[in-house]
Amino acid sequence: METMMILLIGVLVSVATYLILSKNVIRVILGTAILSHAVHLLILTIAGVKKGNVPLLKEAESPYTDALPQALILTAIVISFAVTAFVLVLAFRIYQTSKSDDFESLRGQKYE
Amino acid sequence: MTIHVAIILPFLMAFIISIINKKFTKIHIGWLALTVPIIVFIILARLIPIIASGNPYTHTYQWIPSLDINFTTYLDGLSMIFGLLISGIGSLVVLYSIFYLSSKESLQHFYCYLLLFMGAMLGVVFSDNLMVLYAFWELTSVSSFLLISFWHHRKASRAGAQKSMLITVTGGVSMLVGFIMLHMMTDSYSVHEIIHQIEHISEHELFIPAMILILLGAFTKSAQFPFHIWLPDAMEAPTPVSAYLHSATMVKAGIYLVARLSPIFGGEMLWFWIVTTVGLITLFWGSFNAVKQTDLKALLAFSTVSQLGLIMSLVGMGSVAYALDFEADTVIYTQATFAALFHLINHSTFKGALFMMVGIVDHEVGTRDIRRLGGLMSIMPLTFTVAVIGSLSMAGMPPFNGFLSKELFFAAVLHIKDLNLFSISSVGILFPVIAWIASVFTFIYCMIIIFKAFLGRPLIQKVERPVHEAPFPLLVAPFILCIMVISLFFFPNTLGKYILKPAMVSIYPNLAPAQKLTPEIHAWHGINTEILMTIAVILIGTILYRLLGKWMGIYRFYPPNWSLNALYVNVISGSESLSNKVTNSYMTGLLRHYAFYIYSFFIFSVGVFFFYSGAFSFSTENNASIEWYEWILIGVMLLAAISILFVKSRITAVILNGVLGFGVTFFFVLFRAPDLALTQLVVESVTTVLFLLCFYYLPEWSTEKLSISTKISNSIISITVGALVVVISLAVLNFDKFERISKYFEDAYNLAGGANIVNTILGDFRGFDTMLEVVVLFIAGLGVYTLIKFKAKKGGTDFED
Repeated sequence: METMMILLIGVLVSVATYLILSKNVIRVILGTAILSHAVHLLILTIAGVKKGNVPLLKEAESPYTDALPQALILTAIVISFAVTAFVLVLAFRIYQTSKSDDFESLRGQKYE
Repeated sequence: MTIHVAIILPFLMAFIISIINKKFTKIHIGWLALTVPIIVFIILARLIPIIASGNPYTHTYQWIPSLDINFTTYLDGLSMIFGLLISGIGSLVVLYSIFYLSSKESLQHFYCYLLLFMGAMLGVVFSDNLMVLYAFWELTSVSSFLLISFWHHRKASRAGAQKSMLITVTGGVSMLVGFIMLHMMTDSYSVHEIIHQIEHISEHELFIPAMILILLGAFTKSAQFPFHIWLPDAMEAPTPVSAYLHSATMVKAGIYLVARLSPIFGGEMLWFWIVTTVGLITLFWGSFNAVKQTDLKALLAFSTVSQLGLIMSLVGMGSVAYALDFEADTVIYTQATFAALFHLINHSTFKGALFMMVGIVDHEVGTRDIRRLGGLMSIMPLTFTVAVIGSLSMAGMPPFNGFLSKELFFAAVLHIKDLNLFSISSVGILFPVIAWIASVFTFIYCMIIIFKAFLGRPLIQKVERPVHEAPFPLLVAPFILCIMVISLFFFPNTLGKYILKPAMVSIYPNLAPAQKLTPEIHAWHGINTEILMTIAVILIGTILYRLLGKWMGIYRFYPPNWSLNALYVNVISGSESLSNKVTNSYMTGLLRHYAFYIYSFFIFSVGVFFFYSGAFSFSTENNASIEWYEWILIGVMLLAAISILFVKSRITAVILNGVLGFGVTFFFVLFRAPDLALTQLVVESVTTVLFLLCFYYLPEWSTEKLSISTKISNSIISITVGALVVVISLAVLNFDKFERISKYFEDAYNLAGGANIVNTILGDFRGFDTMLEVVVLFIAGLGVYTLIKFKAKKGGTDFED
C-alpha cells in the first residue's frame, strides 16, 4: 500500500510541478493546491498506514494509528486553505486591474 | 600617551570645526585648523633627542584586547620622519590654503577633510598594531576621496575621486588579507613582535602570499606601476591637496609600509626583485610620460610617480642587506635605504614647493597649460625663484638637496650591479642604465617647467586678466620649503644624525652598530663614476631638450587605446556591461523561469547528493495490503491528476481538482483519520466554490501557447521532480532507527482528559501550533477583505502605482 501511495504522490507532484511552470495564473494556483494534497498524503504515508485502529481512546482498542502526523496534517490543511483562498482573491484582483491572467504580460513595466 | 594625543588632535579639531563654522565668520577658519599641525610638530620635535638616543616611545591603549587588537602607538626613527613630514608640510599647506582658497568655498568641509586625513596619516605611521594601521590606512583613502572630489560639481573631479578610491581600496583590502595571513603565522598583530618571530615564519606556506598581498596594498597607495594611473587624475583636487596628499604624504604611505615591513620580508629574494623592479619601472615610466604632459599639474603628477619609483627601488635594493651577514663591506648596501629615506624628505620639500608654485601660477594667470604660458619670469620673479629651486633640485643639480640624493642613488645602483646574490649579477648592468635614462628624462621635464612656463616669449594676450606677482602670504609656504631645499644641501649631516640614523636603526633593528649604518654625506666627493653620470645627464639632457620637437613623435608610436588608462576604463565599463548582460539574461521577470531555476537547483543539489551518498533503499516487506476498492481509488486519482494537464475547459480542471480533494478524503477515511476526513471534506468544498467564484470574473481558459521545447523542458523537470520525491520517500519509508514518540500521546486521557488523541494534540500537547494557525487564517481573512474592500472604495487602478 505504502509503495503504491508513494507512486501516486509522485504523479501528483509531477502534475503540480508542470502546472506551476505554466504561464497562466489559475494553472499555477491549481498546481499549488495539488501540491498540498500530495504533501498531506505523503506525511500520512511516511508514518505508515493501516498499522492500527482509529486514534479515539473510548471507541477502539490498542494499537492505535499514529496520531501525531494527523495533527500535523490538520494544521497544514487549514494553512494551505488560507493561502489558497488569499491567492485566489489576489488573482481575481490582478485580473481586475491589469485585464490579464498571463504571467508573460504581467511582468514589470520595463518589459512592456 | 603623547602620541595618542597627537593622533586624536586632528580628529577632535575636525569635529570642532564642523560644529562652530557658522559662528566663526569673521576670521578665516583655516587659522583654527593651522594650530593642529603646528602643535603636533612641536610635540614631535621635542621628542627628537629621545628617539635619536635610541629609545623608541611606545604606549598601548586597550581597544579590543580579546581579539588582540589594541591601539598601540610606536614612535621610532622611521615613524618620526613621517610624523615630522606630515605635521611640518601639513602646517605649510594649511597656511598656503588659507590664502589660496577663497572664502566662498565650503571651507569647513575642506578643513574637516584635511584634518581627518592628517589624523589618519599620523595614525598609519604611528600604529604598531596591523589592524589599527589598516583602519587608518582606509581612512586616508576615504579622506583623500573626499578631498579629490572637493569641487564635486565637476565631472572630472568625481571621476578622479572614484578612480583613486577603487584602486587604493582594492589594494587596501588585499593588504588586509596579507595582514591576516601574518597574524595566522605569528599569532600577533604587533609589527615588532612579528619581527622577532621572523626565523619561524619564513618557511611558512603563507609567507610568500602574505608578502605579495601586502606589497599590492603598498604599490596601489604609492602609485607604483601599473597602479599609478589614479595619481594624474587625482590632480583635479585643489592644489593644496595635491601638494600635501599626492606628493608629500599619502603616496608615501606605501613606502612607509615597505620600509616598515622590510625586517620581516627583506631577506627574501622575491621581495628584493619585486620591490626593486617595480620601483625602477615606475621611475622610468613616470619620467618618460612626464615629458609629454602639457598641464603643469599632470607633469608634476607623473614626476611624483617617477620619484616614488626611485624611492621604492632604493628601499628594495637596501633589503639586500638582510640576506647578507654583517661585515664591513656589506654596509654599502644599507646605504640604498639611507638614500631612500634622504630622498623621501628631499622629495617632500621640493615637490611641495613646486605644487604650490603651480597653484600660484594657476591662481594668477588662470591657466596651467604649458602651451599658453611663457615669459612669466619678469612678471612673477618670486614665483620663478621657487620654480627654479624646485626644478633644479628635482633634476638633481647642485646646490640643492636633490643633487645629494641623486648621487646616493647612483652610488646604490652601481654597488648593486656588482653584488653576487639573488642572481643579480646577470642583469646587474641594467640597474644603472635604467636609472641613468630616467634621470635624463627627469632633467628634460624639469627644464620644460623652467623654460616653457617662465622663459621665452610672453603669451599674455591669451590670458584674460592682467598678470601680476602673487600676494606675499601665498609665497611664504613655498619659500620656507625652498629654504629647506637649500639648507639640506649644506647641512645634510645634521639631518642624518638626528633623523635618519634612528630611522636606519628601526629598519635594520639587529644588523649593525648604528653609526656604521649612517654614512657621512659629502657635497663634493671627488671625481668618480656618479659625478660623471650626472655630468652626462646634464649634457645629454640639454641636447635632448633642445631637440625636443624632433623626437616628440615617439609618444605617438603607441596608440592611446593601448594605454593603462584605456585598459582601466575598458575593464570598468566592460565589467559593468557584462554584469548587466548576465543579470538581464536570467532575471527575465517571468515566474516560470524563476520556478525553473529553483526546481533545477533542487534536482541537482538534492538528487546528486542522494545518489552520491548511496542513500537509496527499497523494500516492500512492511507494506500493508491493498484491497480492491483501494486499487480503484488510486486509479481514479491517477486518472484525474493526469487528465488535469490535458483538459480544455477550466471548469473541468476545477472539478478534477475537486475529485483529487475528495479522493484524499477517502484516503483519510481508509487510513483511520476521521478528523482529517471531516476537515478535508469541508475545506475541499469551500475551495472548489472559491475557484468557481473566481472563474466567474476571469476570462475563459485559453489553451497555452507554449513552444515545443518549453513543453519538453517543463515535462522533464516535472517528471524528474516527481521521480525524486518517489525515490526519497521510498528510502525514508523504512527508516526505523528510533522509537516513535506517539506512545506518549496515547495516554491522552490521563494527561489531558480527552479521548480523541488528535484533538488533544491540537488543543493541549501542541496548542501553540494551533494558536498560530488561527492567526494565519485570521491574516488571510484580513488580506482577502482588504483586497476586496480597496476595489470597492477607490475603484481599481488608483492603487497600481
